[in-house]
Amino acid sequence: MKPQTLYEKLWTSHLVRQQDDGTALIYIDRHLVHEVTSPQAFEGLKLAGRKPWRVSSIVATADHNTPTDHWEQGIQDPVSRTQVETLDANIRESGALAYFPFKDLRQGIVHVIGPENGATLPGMTVVCGDSHTSTHGALGCLAHGIGTSEVEHVLATQCLLQKKSRTMLIRVDGDLPAGVTAKDIVLAIIGKIGTAGGTGYALEFGGSAIRALSMEGRMTVCNMAIEAGARAGMVAVDETTIEYLRGKPFAPTGEAWDMAVSYWRTLHSDEGAEFDKVVELDASQIEPQVTWGTSPEMVTTINGRVPDPATISDPIKREGLERALKYMGLAPNTPITEIPVDQVFIGSCTNSRIEDLREAAKVAKGRSKANSVKRVLVVPGSGLVKRQAEEEGLHEIFIAAGFEWREPGCSMCLAMNADRLEAGEHCASTSNRNFEGRQGAGGRTHLVSPAMAAAAAVTGHFTDVRKLV
Amino acid sequence: MKAFTVLEGLAAPLDRANVDTDAIIPKQFLKSIKRSGFGPNLFDEWRYLDQGEPGQDCAARPRNPDFVLNKSRYQGAQILLTRDNFGCGSSREHAPWALEDFGIRCLIGPSFADIFFNNCFKNGVLPIVLPAEQVDELFRQCEAEEGYRLRVDLQAQKVIRPDGVEIGFEVDAFRKECLLNGWDDIGLTLLHADEIRAFEAKRRAEHPYYFS
Ligand code: SF4
Repeated sequence: MKPQTLYEKLWTSHLVRQQDDGTALIYIDRHLVHEVTSPQAFEGLKLAGRKPWRVSSIVATADHNTPTDHWEQGIQDPVSRTQVETLDANIRESGALAYFPFKDLRQGIVHVIGPENGATLPGMTVVCGDSHTSTHGALGCLAHGIGTSEVEHVLATQCLLQKKSRTMLIRVDGDLPAGVTAKDIVLAIIGKIGTAGGTGYALEFGGSAIRALSMEGRMTVCNMAIEAGARAGMVAVDETTIEYLRGKPFAPTGEAWDMAVSYWRTLHSDEGAEFDKVVELDASQIEPQVTWGTSPEMVTTINGRVPDPATISDPIKREGLERALKYMGLAPNTPITEIPVDQVFIGSCTNSRIEDLREAAKVAKGRSKANSVKRVLVVPGSGLVKRQAEEEGLHEIFIAAGFEWREPGCSMCLAMNADRLEAGEHCASTSNRNFEGRQGAGGRTHLVSPAMAAAAAVTGHFTDVRKLV
Repeated sequence: MKAFTVLEGLAAPLDRANVDTDAIIPKQFLKSIKRSGFGPNLFDEWRYLDQGEPGQDCAARPRNPDFVLNKSRYQGAQILLTRDNFGCGSSREHAPWALEDFGIRCLIGPSFADIFFNNCFKNGVLPIVLPAEQVDELFRQCEAEEGYRLRVDLQAQKVIRPDGVEIGFEVDAFRKECLLNGWDDIGLTLLHADEIRAFEAKRRAEHPYYFS
């Protein structure tokens, strides 16, 4: 048989039918649901008199709109509350494999709770009305973000209409230098291929540097596949994947586990499989990354400078750059280390897992927030992450450093709740998008790793974390 | 879904690359549990000078006179000319809902982000990809000529400029059928319910651990 890529294996094993023009019906194993993109889908289903096809595929939680402090007061914003209550009612009516509502111990960001509960497994197709669903591809599954009409389509039919993507292998070989993390890898990839570089492709991340990453790190990389324009990113299954899943609440046990594992071990691209495109990076050359603009591709290293539009000949690119610098309030050629930071956000589905918090705590330990920094938010990705961090005493390190230790949720990643930037503020953020207004109208986001965010918090400006550890 | 056959309409040029869905419809408006009513908040942060919040009377808000869709010559535009990677970022379908509610039925640009592109077709909005030089020419003509109207014929797969030049475009056959007829694709998929059931039974037998 012709050698196959991981993507081809996952695609073929879920293909229900294919039309002549290539449009295919793909069977969906896991459907993750949150409050923002599902109400209209449930409503549409009801209006059409349809029922969900297989409710045991559904895992739901409330994360985008929920507050991260004063949980005893409930959700103060009435509009957000209605949305969360609508999800409660919809799940109560339809049923689900699992629902982690607001305040539940296992509540959290949808892309954190799926893997940590073993609700997303290798070999599955996973969808969610959220573009960062690509995160789950770290487990060797095919995970797509979808729109609300597609949420309704999956609810009603258990299938997604899709065309096969082209395949791209992003091979990162070599040893990652100390102080450089998965976040720096993925920002470096986006810097190299651009935010539209992956459009139309399913990305597979491979190479020795990816294999050396923990599952948390792989999730960080796959999370930002969408920032490179790709709907799906994935990593082959190996022992790290299998060990991560062992004993997780929804992972199979006993004989079923053995059966699953022997299948999962086949979930990698075969020797000699052909990709439509291959991109290579040398991990040993990657340095801590910081974005300076309003798109994730506007990125450089901690030792870099803000670029100068005068050096760009393409008029559309130059104008885009000028607009970004104006929005960010930055002069051309400013060294990155001279950009002061007003707020710091450590959280989001990119970097709110236990390992991320450990990395940040390592830097924060024995130091304190710089006086010029107004606020440092540490928002764990889920209730389970929070509990684990507290067992390890990480919260005490953060609190001693003057950071705020919050309840889990999306928080200032998209600022739908009360956590947000004021206009003009610069934020060192471990999230995934630095678009205009993303963290609050007029807010200025710089994407960095958790260690780099903590380094900015304790020094008041961007600082090479390698000098602190 | 509204069918899309032939559209003859005013075009407006949005001359920015990487327009993301946060810019198309900012997150504070995503708290709505409805599908409609997003038009007044389309491009909210660019269109208005104050801060947009849900429930405001948008007619009374101060407008940004420099934003292209606020210019009198582009009032009533149904076709938006766009630049590279339009619709990147969040998967929110509120973005095409807002465009459609505002009155935009067709987008023409050199490239669109994947999920956004897909979401448009589900909502009766036709995104057309043309080579960058063709798009550049449309931008030039549209900015030069007040009242610049294009004719978009989906059946014939053509954009027809006022000077009579016809530009062919590609569209996926299945999506074209659905748009031309205003079909709901859930209904179409359910015609294959037996096949889905058979597939599911087979998968359950081979991989029972995905079904518990
Ligand atoms: S943490 Fe941010 S990116 Fe992730 S799901 Fe929440 S809002 Fe989306």
